[in-house]
Amino acid sequence: MAEAIKVPTMAEFMAQGKSPEVLFWVGCAGSFDDRAKKITKAFVKLLAKAGVEFAVLGTEESCTGDPAKRAGNEFLFQMQAVTNIEVLNAYEVKKIVTACPHCFNTIANEYPGLGGNYEVLHHTQFLKSLIEEGRLTVEGGKYKGKRITFHDPCYLARANRIYEAPRDLLRKLEVELVEMKRCKTKGFCCGAGGAQMFKEPEPGIKEVNIERTEEALGIKPDVIAAGCPFCNTMMTDGVKNKEKEDSVEVLDIAEMIANAEDL
Amino acid sequence: MQYLPNILFIIALAIGVVFFAKNVQKLIRNIKLGRDEDRFDNKPQRWKNMAKIALGQYKMVRRPVSGIIHVLVYLGFIIINIEVLEIVIDGVFGTHRIFSFMGGFYDFLIAVFEIFALLVLVGVIIFWVRRNILHIKRFLNREMKGWPKLDANLILYFEVVLMLLFLTMNAADYTLQLKGAEHYASADGILGSFPVSQFIVPLLENLSISTLVIIERTAWWVHILGILVFLNYLYYSKHLHILLAFPNTYFARLKPQGQFDNLQAVTNEVKLMMDPDADPYAMPEEGAEDETPAKFGASEATDLSWVQLLNAYTCTECGRCTSECPANQTGKLLSPRRIMMATRDRLEDIGNNIDANKGTFQDDGKQLLDDYITREELWACTTCNACVEACPVGINPLSIIMDMRQYLVMEQSAAPTDLNNAMTNIENNAAPWPFNQMDRANWINEL
Repeated sequence: MAEAIKVPTMAEFMAQGKSPEVLFWVGCAGSFDDRAKKITKAFVKLLAKAGVEFAVLGTEESCTGDPAKRAGNEFLFQMQAVTNIEVLNAYEVKKIVTACPHCFNTIANEYPGLGGNYEVLHHTQFLKSLIEEGRLTVEGGKYKGKRITFHDPCYLARANRIYEAPRDLLRKLEVELVEMKRCKTKGFCCGAGGAQMFKEPEPGIKEVNIERTEEALGIKPDVIAAGCPFCNTMMTDGVKNKEKEDSVEVLDIAEMIANAEDL
Repeated sequence: MQYLPNILFIIALAIGVVFFAKNVQKLIRNIKLGRDEDRFDNKPQRWKNMAKIALGQYKMVRRPVSGIIHVLVYLGFIIINIEVLEIVIDGVFGTHRIFSFMGGFYDFLIAVFEIFALLVLVGVIIFWVRRNILHIKRFLNREMKGWPKLDANLILYFEVVLMLLFLTMNAADYTLQLKGAEHYASADGILGSFPVSQFIVPLLENLSISTLVIIERTAWWVHILGILVFLNYLYYSKHLHILLAFPNTYFARLKPQGQFDNLQAVTNEVKLMMDPDADPYAMPEEGAEDETPAKFGASEATDLSWVQLLNAYTCTECGRCTSECPANQTGKLLSPRRIMMATRDRLEDIGNNIDANKGTFQDDGKQLLDDYITREELWACTTCNACVEACPVGINPLSIIMDMRQYLVMEQSAAPTDLNNAMTNIENNAAPWPFNQMDRANWINEL
């Protein structure tokens, strides 16, 4: 990159008396997890390329409370929610985009009841709108004709009925889109949801992510596309477990678009 | 003596209906043991869902084999009930085929009933084979052993017997009409048309009229008494779904599956904590109701909402939820179907306890948590909503799991250690991992 991308914070916008087009909610995984940070960076590059005036909360962002709520800790969830809503409302945020379906679901569905009303988009929806508005152009590039399957995040597809936006983006990449038998609203969980990401699984005969990875590998994809940092981790671990990491990549759709554009 | 059969029939009918009404009363009483929940909004959408999902069987046919056979058996059940109406009227007034005044249309109706009776028979036999011979995994889970398996088979046997009796009754009736027997034969010719039972006629034609009358009457009586018994069997069986599927789909959640309800009691407390002007030691205002519930979450069936209890009674144990549950499919103890069955079992025990103790519940040293549903099951859930999506009658097992997790975490601080660590991290540094919140934007410098 010739020029470093600037990622302004809401505080910086406010200091200039301006407000951005959209707030990018990075999420804990996108902020701290090494694998998920790559998704964050890829998405930011796409935002910059499309000329989107965006901002992040930076150090003012806190966990949405999703894992606490799904673990049963409603107190902690609501404390987190109220804290975040105070920050968001103070900045008069109207529109939020996030690359994490858990953040997406929580802010879109569970914050309104606590006083947080925003237009919330998953990054695949936002990228799709950028393409439709002609602000971002996507061509097949290195993924043209490659066999790709999309693993639906539960909190996007089943929970919120969003499964076409990520597929539309893949079609723009001119890939050969192949579906697993369990897809869209019938998708099979990666095993991370419901705060499972942060605990050891209960005894069983198999790990959930292995079951899902086997299903994905069964249709022989070149890339398993994901739309959630946690699914991404689970599927990456599954592919490694099956010793297929040399032939099968697990990539977020934002990463694929950025790669195709050589960003 | 002439009216003895009519009187006996009316008595049998009355006993059947009264007993059934008592069971319905008990059912409603038990469901109302649940806490309040408002599901009376958006009525047009609710009616639409009921029409589509319960009446229209829209979700059943997502699995084509069992779905289509189920639609046949269901249609047969509904359609043949029109014939039961005629049977009841004939029984009360001692008439013979009272609806036959409809002429050609009556012939058509009886023909349709017979064809559906045959289809139901075939469908039920396929169901039996699926349950008992084909090794279909969802019928073999641990919760299906014992009574649930017997219950499922009893229903199928009931239906086979009822359909056979119906066809036998028609065959004997038809033979009697052909023979010009008194009370059966009509000046208008043959009443009804018998596309299926005509094939039984050759077995009966050589019998005397009196024997045929006995066969016809016996089939008639056992058939209608069987229906009355079956009606009263419903309350004790998973077959209750034929009634409860309708209210259950009506009252089902309309919000996105990912939206979990925010606990109002917690909201009140959080507001108090966040409000700098609030006096934590202030006495509640005079007359103000204490809105803090006795308990956060659920450890007992009666801590659940009436909708969740209705869900439990509606469950017909088909196991579509369990067969799509990621935890169950990877060998974990959790089975969403078992969550529903255990909830119903506990609720029944509570109801029986109340009945046995003159209307008040006496502590039996048990509760839903641990005695019916284990913690291991609750913690295995990924909250993926696959069970909710799979249920053909709109049951939400996930909501029960979540309420019980809330009890475990908020009342008992009994989350698994790793989860406690993650939650402590969220509390201290606003992320589930032990990173400093001040480092949250460090990735920007790595661009």
